[in-house]
Amino acid sequence: MSTLLFERSLPRFAAARVASAFGSGRGAGVGPLRLVERDAPEVPSAGWVHVDPILSGICGSDLATLDGRSSRYFEDIVSFPFVPGHEVVGTLAQDTTGALGGPLPAGSRVVLQPVLGCAARGIEPQCPACQAGHVGNCGYIAFGHIRPGLQTGFCADTGGGWSSAGLVAHSTQLYAVPDQLSDEDAVTVEPVACAVHAVLGAPIAAGDVVAVIGAGTLGLLVTAALGHLATAGRCATPGAVLVGARYPHQQRLARELGGTEALPSDQLGRAVRRHSRSLSYGGAAGVTATLSGGADVVFDCVGSPESIAQSLAMVRPRGTVALVGMPGKVTVDLAPLWHREVRLAGAYAYGTERGPGADDAISTFALAFDVAAAQQTGRLVSATYPLTRFEDAVTHAGSAGRRGAVKIAFDVRKGPIR
Amino acid sequence: MSRRPGFVLEVDKSTPPTLFWSGESFGLETLPEGSRVVYAPEPMKAIEDPYRAIRQALLQPQGDRDPLPALLRPGMKLTICFDDISLPLPPMESPDIRQMVIETVLDMAAEAGVDDVQLIAALALHRRMTEDELRHALGDRVYDAFAPHGLLTQHDAEDPDNLLFIGETDQGEEVEINKRAATSDLLVYVNINLVSMDGGHKSVATGLASYRSLRHHHNPHTMQHSKSFMDQPASELHTANWRMGRLIAESGVKIFQIETTLNNDTFPSNFAFLQKREWEWSLRDRASYAAASKALSKVPPRMARQIFHSIRSPHAMTSVQAGEVEAVHALTTANVWAQQGIEVDGQTDILTMGLPYICPYNVNSIMNPILVACLGLGYFFNMYRGKPLVREGGVVIMKHPTRPEFHPGHHPSYIDFYEQVLTQTVDPVRMHKEFEESFATDPWYVHLYRTGHAYHGVHPFYMWYWCAHALTHLGRVIVVGGDPKAVRRLGFSPASSLNDALEIASDVVGPSPTLTHMHNPPIFMSDVR
Repeated sequence: MSTLLFERSLPRFAAARVASAFGSGRGAGVGPLRLVERDAPEVPSAGWVHVDPILSGICGSDLATLDGRSSRYFEDIVSFPFVPGHEVVGTLAQDTTGALGGPLPAGSRVVLQPVLGCAARGIEPQCPACQAGHVGNCGYIAFGHIRPGLQTGFCADTGGGWSSAGLVAHSTQLYAVPDQLSDEDAVTVEPVACAVHAVLGAPIAAGDVVAVIGAGTLGLLVTAALGHLATAGRCATPGAVLVGARYPHQQRLARELGGTEALPSDQLGRAVRRHSRSLSYGGAAGVTATLSGGADVVFDCVGSPESIAQSLAMVRPRGTVALVGMPGKVTVDLAPLWHREVRLAGAYAYGTERGPGADDAISTFALAFDVAAAQQTGRLVSATYPLTRFEDAVTHAGSAGRRGAVKIAFDVRKGPIR
Repeated sequence: MSRRPGFVLEVDKSTPPTLFWSGESFGLETLPEGSRVVYAPEPMKAIEDPYRAIRQALLQPQGDRDPLPALLRPGMKLTICFDDISLPLPPMESPDIRQMVIETVLDMAAEAGVDDVQLIAALALHRRMTEDELRHALGDRVYDAFAPHGLLTQHDAEDPDNLLFIGETDQGEEVEINKRAATSDLLVYVNINLVSMDGGHKSVATGLASYRSLRHHHNPHTMQHSKSFMDQPASELHTANWRMGRLIAESGVKIFQIETTLNNDTFPSNFAFLQKREWEWSLRDRASYAAASKALSKVPPRMARQIFHSIRSPHAMTSVQAGEVEAVHALTTANVWAQQGIEVDGQTDILTMGLPYICPYNVNSIMNPILVACLGLGYFFNMYRGKPLVREGGVVIMKHPTRPEFHPGHHPSYIDFYEQVLTQTVDPVRMHKEFEESFATDPWYVHLYRTGHAYHGVHPFYMWYWCAHALTHLGRVIVVGGDPKAVRRLGFSPASSLNDALEIASDVVGPSPTLTHMHNPPIFMSDVR
């Protein structure tokens, strides 16, 4: 069975880092990722089942890993060798129960919630975060009866979505896919859940000016989540959602998904200034200058030093910057954050979201399915590749924006190559 | 040799190529046989002694007005308002006509013992002039006598403390103008009529008004129904201004209007070939053209812009009339037509025009894409009386590089208009409804307008509305040599050459269209029969 395996190899890691200087995704061909023949992993314990992936996406964090550019912070919470792929829609190999408690018969289409929290690790009593339903904040992701790994796709024992041999998943990680959702819609549910979690974690009030920096998969899905969750009464309706999108197809999609305006990133500050009716310090153009006011909430869906600096320049005093895109080691001037008492908050993964009512708790994934269905997020899947063309796939993903694409995924199904 | 009137040339085999402006450069184009080229009348003879003519006009006013000296007395409050940097084009050689008129008025005021005199640049929503620009318009003597004492100001349409609400017209139009001007015992307005749109009641009702007042006529409806706004009786823009002007007069504001006209001697001698008919170019003209074309092709656009904006026009005064607004303006309009009018038989399928480097709103600045549209479809298209030169459903072909460049200090709201409005709509009605107010009341634009040298936040909308009549009239607009992305952003079609443009136009007007070229500047007004 074809499997893409990521091994610990310092020379290959170094080669990937060098290659990635020529473009994101270039590390795939020379780095620690190899195509191997491998059987499915064994289930670690009761409650685990096999899943045969159908589609498995390539995420920004995957690219950072393949390019040798992810933060060293993760070193102790991953285990090698691992099979990447945490955005997965697949087919169940055995009967089980799902994360929401209902039966899931063999053959069902399921989406994987990849965080390997206390339940998956067989840890009792669970950590406080898991007890509260915030599996994304699990404190025991390096412990229990499986090896370290913050998610499936970064753990040596579970396999991952980039394998036709399949992966193993704990029943608490599995969500049934409604029939009306296409495979493409379903493979986006995991990143949609990230977007939902980010949106519901931000203090958005009615009429707020919200800025979204970046219009790759995460930026577009945050835009989509903002639109749908407001319509569904799950969050307040912003006065304006302004999306910084570099490429024309991203701008078009951002508008289709509910962005009030979508414009090149270097124009986003101007749009935020205008919608927030702010003045601007320094420079009549107001392009990069700090604003007197600014956006109430900024979603940084890039995570680069530049995007964080841009976020701090355009957020209002006492506003919130939500880091949705995975940052690494960055150098940023935090003077405006200090002076303007800005909240800089991470937005990672998912868990349980609090609704408008005190007892109205709901799984992030349940909401993500709603968003995926309503916004037809499968339209973001621009191309699929067989595992054998992994170098092309990863290179495509690394240059998706420039090539008019958004989400690139592996088509892992057995049979003719699509 | 007597002055020759305007001329309509029919292109044949022997016709030399025709000059087309294209921003900060120009070139020669071969037009299809049978095309027409409309040339402006030659410059009228200048008044030999302008100071004497001005004095005479002030002493022998038009309409129901006493001579100026009779209106001046010690202890009175006198305010002299004058047209801003947008006139004339290009800026004229010193002494500027405003300087000559204002010096004469001040001499009379001094003789009458008037000591409460203030000067106000009638900016409306235009940018504030720089000290250099004010010195050029007024002369050092006037500037130094007034500016250091705070007696030379620029109208601030956003200063609530210095605006006075006059009332509403019978059409519900709010009239609010500069308080100092409105509360003066005498308001003298010094006007330059470069085109027939200027002057009349528009001078005070627009030049000294606030956004609250201007919005009643600077809007898509008015501009779509001004056919054209260069022809006062057929202009809804002017009808509204006339209503407002009459209300201002009825409210007791006493205006002494001084209007001047210029000849169309537009370019200095080293660029004289630009206003000649090509078949009459001398050897020197050909050499000048060749040298200028070659030099301009070698220098970056920024340097070419600096060269052109340093041009001072030899425009000379052809008439001056003073007194009651409407009586004065009737004479002025006749004098403008005497210089610029030309009869043209019938409309054309395709109207071509080369757009120069300057329009009223980019003096010492950058001609951004919105101003390109305004110059072509606002100004040039509307230079007619009766009916447009181009038929309804016809095509306008403009030549201009149309670079997406903006002066960040002068046109900050234009940048946002280009990025945030034109990306969503080019429909003047929709943008008026959905976007105008937020731009007009934006505190940052207001701040830059009041304290910097920025056009008001709403100004790019007005420039787009200026195109409204053309946009509803035309079947297509094509820009030759323009940045394709910018041209498309404007809703127009880009073409790499005139031949390509004619090919594109054939989709709209068929394979054998009639074509007329506006050889402009020098500017002219077509009387289309």
